[in-house]
Amino acid sequence: MTEIASKLFTWVNTRLPIVNTFERHLSKHPVPSKVNFWYLFGALAAVTLIIQIVTGIWLIMPYSNTEEQAFSSIEYIMRDVDYGWVIRYMHTTGASLFFAVVYLHMFRGLLYGSYQKPKELVWIFGCTIYLAMMAEGFLGYVLPYGQMSYWGAQVIISLFGAIPYIGESLELWVRGDYYISGITVSRFFALHVVALPLVLIALVFLHLVALHEVGAGNPEGVDIEEYLDEDGVPLDSVPFFPYKVLNALVAIGVFMTVFSIIMFFFPEGGGYFIEMANFEEANPLVTPDHIAPVWYYAPFYTMLRAIPDPLGGLIVMAAGVAIFFVVPWLDRSKVASIRYKGIYSKIAITMFGVSFLTLGYLGTVGVTEVRKTMSLVCTIIYFAYFLLMPIYTKYETTKEVPKRL
Amino acid sequence: MQDKDKTRRKVLIGLTSAVGLSGLPFAATPFIAAWNPSAKAKAAGAAVKLDVSKMQYGQQIQVSWRKQPVFIVRHTKDSIASLDLVLPKLADPNSDQIEEPYKGLNASRSKSPEYSVFSGVCTHLGCAPKYFPEVEPKPWDATWNGGFFCPCHGSMFDIVGRVFKGVPASTNLIVPPHMFEGSILTIGEDKEL
Repeated sequence: MTEIASKLFTWVNTRLPIVNTFERHLSKHPVPSKVNFWYLFGALAAVTLIIQIVTGIWLIMPYSNTEEQAFSSIEYIMRDVDYGWVIRYMHTTGASLFFAVVYLHMFRGLLYGSYQKPKELVWIFGCTIYLAMMAEGFLGYVLPYGQMSYWGAQVIISLFGAIPYIGESLELWVRGDYYISGITVSRFFALHVVALPLVLIALVFLHLVALHEVGAGNPEGVDIEEYLDEDGVPLDSVPFFPYKVLNALVAIGVFMTVFSIIMFFFPEGGGYFIEMANFEEANPLVTPDHIAPVWYYAPFYTMLRAIPDPLGGLIVMAAGVAIFFVVPWLDRSKVASIRYKGIYSKIAITMFGVSFLTLGYLGTVGVTEVRKTMSLVCTIIYFAYFLLMPIYTKYETTKEVPKRL
Repeated sequence: MQDKDKTRRKVLIGLTSAVGLSGLPFAATPFIAAWNPSAKAKAAGAAVKLDVSKMQYGQQIQVSWRKQPVFIVRHTKDSIASLDLVLPKLADPNSDQIEEPYKGLNASRSKSPEYSVFSGVCTHLGCAPKYFPEVEPKPWDATWNGGFFCPCHGSMFDIVGRVFKGVPASTNLIVPPHMFEGSILTIGEDKEL
């Protein structure tokens, strides 16, 4: 029996590079021997993506993408489908936690210079994933056709209206109707469940292939390729299996615990994960008192509101996301890791972190005069972190990076 | 391969690429056009007609056009005459900040001096302002001269939909294209525009 199995395996393996690919990208793939917890969020993001895909497929089955039934089909999932509420809350919790781990993953990149040569493309693919996720999240939020779905989409789609000359016709084209109707919902559904997931999966594939070509980084910013053993494997590396896998499993265990606590006990996340207004069906004639985005868009929404002019706000908000793409060319430092960078880099990244969190908070609350000023100040700090990077990273004194990890 | 052949190959590649690319806009057309409002959506969003001769003087009615409320007000001679009284309170009395189809035609902002026709969607966040025609002190304005008050965030508009200063809404209520044929008002279409 085993002989037949092994013959069959050899037959397949000579026609399909199973063992080679498995060893190259998984079991024997060398990873730096010393990393810290910041290096776990990539794996967690991958786990969340899988959760989103599986729960998403199950949600498509009972969901109805028409104006009349979209909202009631969500109620149907929540009340009448066996365990429908678990699957839906898994999907909504997954969306928020996907953004949470991706934000932490991105911050790791900024901390330890994970975008520096030769990892520029890994970084750019990652930024594109983030962009696709933002679109995916927005489209998904419209599907329940609740009040916040409707009015959130109204605000976001009217952003297109701020574009000169073509704005208004573009708005009409995106909606396919004179208001956000079933036509809009069903096209957003197609994009949310087919088009963008395909794009996301393709991008994740490219992100990983590019990463495995140039090798993962480490918090010291040491280039482990400098010292190789006789087989050409870096001396300061360990094979992915079992070292990285077992590490990741612990992290996944902790992550799943947090995930379950939220999913079972706080699925609305206090109105941050699912906004309360979305428990009411969309009504084009009544605006909710307070329109706020879900927390993961909040920093950029604040930038939009901070600028008094709609087009200016749109440009600043888009620039806030776009600027991540050019970080590899903004950082002129000789060293990668924040541990060896100078004091200016340390101050800058702290200010950036604080301003980003403040922008996030301001996006979820109403506008007052003081908050308006704060929004503007934080937006300026946010951009200063990026735009001044070529200066402070070039002229500060850095520490000597050790040769070995 | 000879240089002559290389040049020939380049020309051929260039030509075939150009021909292939010229087909791209044609191939893309159906995919882009399919996102336009469909015939059904257009029919549902078509102009609405109604007879306004039965309206009382001073009355306001609401019709739905493209799922948005449109307000129609039939003014009395007095109320039109009193429009100048609110001028100091208005942020943009001549509608300079928005594109207005019938600017300067009538004090009512519409094509008829007697009726006002404007969108009932507050230009702040899209709530529906309420009509308070009485000339009397109101909780939101001690010298209220009749007009519209938005219950959501307190924006105020005069009886022809012009926004007050110092309220959350920044522009006047939008006047949709419309036309009068006798007493029949058509909203959403104007043959003269």
